[in-house]
Amino acid sequence: MTLALLLALPLAGALLLAVFGARRRAPELNIAASLATLVAAIALAAQVIGHGPMLLWREQFLVDAFNVFLVVLTAFVGLTTALFSRPYMRIEREHGRLTPGRVRLYHSMYQLFMFTMLLALLTNNLGLLWVALEAATLSTVLLVSLYRTPASLEAAWKYFILCGVGIAQALFGTVLLYLAAAKVLGADGSTALLWTHLYAVREQLEPSVLTLAFVFLFVGYGTKVGLAPLHNWLPDAHAEGPTPVSAVLSGLLLNVALYAVVRCKVLVEGSTSASLPGRMMMAFGLFSVVVAAFLLWRQRDIKRLFAYSSIEHMGIMTFAFGMGGPVATFAALLHMTVHSLTKSAIFFAVGHAAQKSGTQVMDEIRGLLVQSPAIGWGLMLGSLAILGMPPFGVFASEFLILTTAMRQQPWATPILLLALGVAFAAVFRRVQPMVFGETTLKRLPHPPALVPVFAHLLLVLMLGLYIPPFLSEWYRAAAELLR
Amino acid sequence: MTPLSTQLIHLCAALLLLLSFAMLSQRRVAALVLLFAWQGVALFGATLVVAVGTGQGHLYGSAAMTLLLKVIVLPTVLHRLIVRLGVRWDTEPLINTPATMLVGLALVVFSFGLAQPISALASTLTRSTLGIAIAVVMLSFLMMITRRKALSQVIGFLAMENGLFFAATSATYGMPMVVELGIALDVLVGVLILGVFFFQIRDQFDSLDLHHLERLKEER
Repeated sequence: MTLALLLALPLAGALLLAVFGARRRAPELNIAASLATLVAAIALAAQVIGHGPMLLWREQFLVDAFNVFLVVLTAFVGLTTALFSRPYMRIEREHGRLTPGRVRLYHSMYQLFMFTMLLALLTNNLGLLWVALEAATLSTVLLVSLYRTPASLEAAWKYFILCGVGIAQALFGTVLLYLAAAKVLGADGSTALLWTHLYAVREQLEPSVLTLAFVFLFVGYGTKVGLAPLHNWLPDAHAEGPTPVSAVLSGLLLNVALYAVVRCKVLVEGSTSASLPGRMMMAFGLFSVVVAAFLLWRQRDIKRLFAYSSIEHMGIMTFAFGMGGPVATFAALLHMTVHSLTKSAIFFAVGHAAQKSGTQVMDEIRGLLVQSPAIGWGLMLGSLAILGMPPFGVFASEFLILTTAMRQQPWATPILLLALGVAFAAVFRRVQPMVFGETTLKRLPHPPALVPVFAHLLLVLMLGLYIPPFLSEWYRAAAELLR
Repeated sequence: MTPLSTQLIHLCAALLLLLSFAMLSQRRVAALVLLFAWQGVALFGATLVVAVGTGQGHLYGSAAMTLLLKVIVLPTVLHRLIVRLGVRWDTEPLINTPATMLVGLALVVFSFGLAQPISALASTLTRSTLGIAIAVVMLSFLMMITRRKALSQVIGFLAMENGLFFAATSATYGMPMVVELGIALDVLVGVLILGVFFFQIRDQFDSLDLHHLERLKEER
């Protein structure tokens, strides 16, 4: 019941906003739909905490500790982004960058995107997971090109083609997985794509086919995670789309794609008992961290800068999941949470900063602190948090990942430390002059939304100082599932 | 399954491969759409033969869906797009056609090599065609790489989906119905969204040539 509500709410929101999305009250409707989704998500989480994992609707849907925490995170960031986009989109309209028709498209597609994210997380069927992730790309393509500038069209095209080709590989991987599963689970195949069934028989599945399947699935979903060298679409799509879209792409889509990879990894590792999936994830993760850290130095555009920082952090998580073991998985889940919260908060601040200075070029953004201290502090604190400064939560998770790496994969620790240092210098030297220094900024026609920024940062700070027992219990249960 | 139906499936598979090569060398966008529709017909034929041969009910469904989506709806949508956009001009491959063909041949050999360990495991009677399915995917990929027009890239993308669909049919008698429906929906919505997108590109650049879309580089 709660599940039906959770999926129906954003879908209904999408349909309603497709009709009323250009009205004056549309942003409030968007917020209301997101709020209702969050309430349903929390209710579902409460049920799972109370009764343990659930299988629903002829086992097509699975709710366990791993995905329900991501569902709540997704719904929460969905709500705060909706709160942020209300003034943001209003300012964009007053700046003449958007027409009412495009605002309607934005609102409707935003809710549709939330629906696909939740469907991808909740489904037990690996085929439907694929369908939902492809639908997530489709619903955001037109959002990336919302401004219809040459650069945004190019970004959207790249996004569509690269992610489309990537996800086609994942489909082939799914076919291979199905081939291996149908042999064990019966040829009628009605249960052969259900994750729980696959998990139950994972030791009987043919290892050679599963290994090949994992390679395709990893490359396919890895494209969406933004792992180097398949990351080309990511900075463009983040930089050229409207900022709320950048926030949900970084904060939600990348997480969900990584979730898909991890689900597949668990199956394949159970079958082969070889460590190939883990090693692949560690290698690609580490490579992404290094590539992103060095590319951070070459960025001029503020949104591109933080897009590369997302690649770096997704690399860290992929590495940690690849390492495996309860501590590393715990740290990766924590990092997923704090990265989502921090990165979307940064994008909120960045969006308003870019609106204030009328440009995304970092050399032309100066003195945020003088004109609007709140945006300046939001950006500064957000950057410090994402760079892993204590006492923020990112520090805690990165520290855990590094110490685990020292024990399990000592060779990787210096590489990680070096990349983190390089990234720190690259981002900090850019953010510092933007926040301090002389001002060149103008007034905004509408007050900016800063509550979401500080709400997120406060949560990240809290997670750095103290993880509430129910949450750590939750992470531990999820890590247990992923052994 | 009778020897006749095996022969028929091999015929359809061969046609599918042949059409992939034809698409690779076809310069006109309008003709590409026609070839894509014929690929849909070959796919429909193969699925139908497997459905009749194995008596699997849901395969009739997916055969009907193939006929509807890939032979009728998608080619019609693409054709109308071409007419409305006024783009019946030539497409130009990046490297010359003979070289592309040779690369294509190499890809086919590679695909059969890749398919061998998988098809050894597949218990289906159609497993010998798995190599062709992978080859179709690879050739479509090659087509996407060598083309510069937005529409030809999309047709390449759709042809790749055809190859994947054929792979699913030949390796496992097709995916569960829910998944196939979802995939079909995604493909259909994707093409419609791209239709909208093409008009945006054309309005902005007055052309669908993708060299306009190569400005975003690291250093700007």
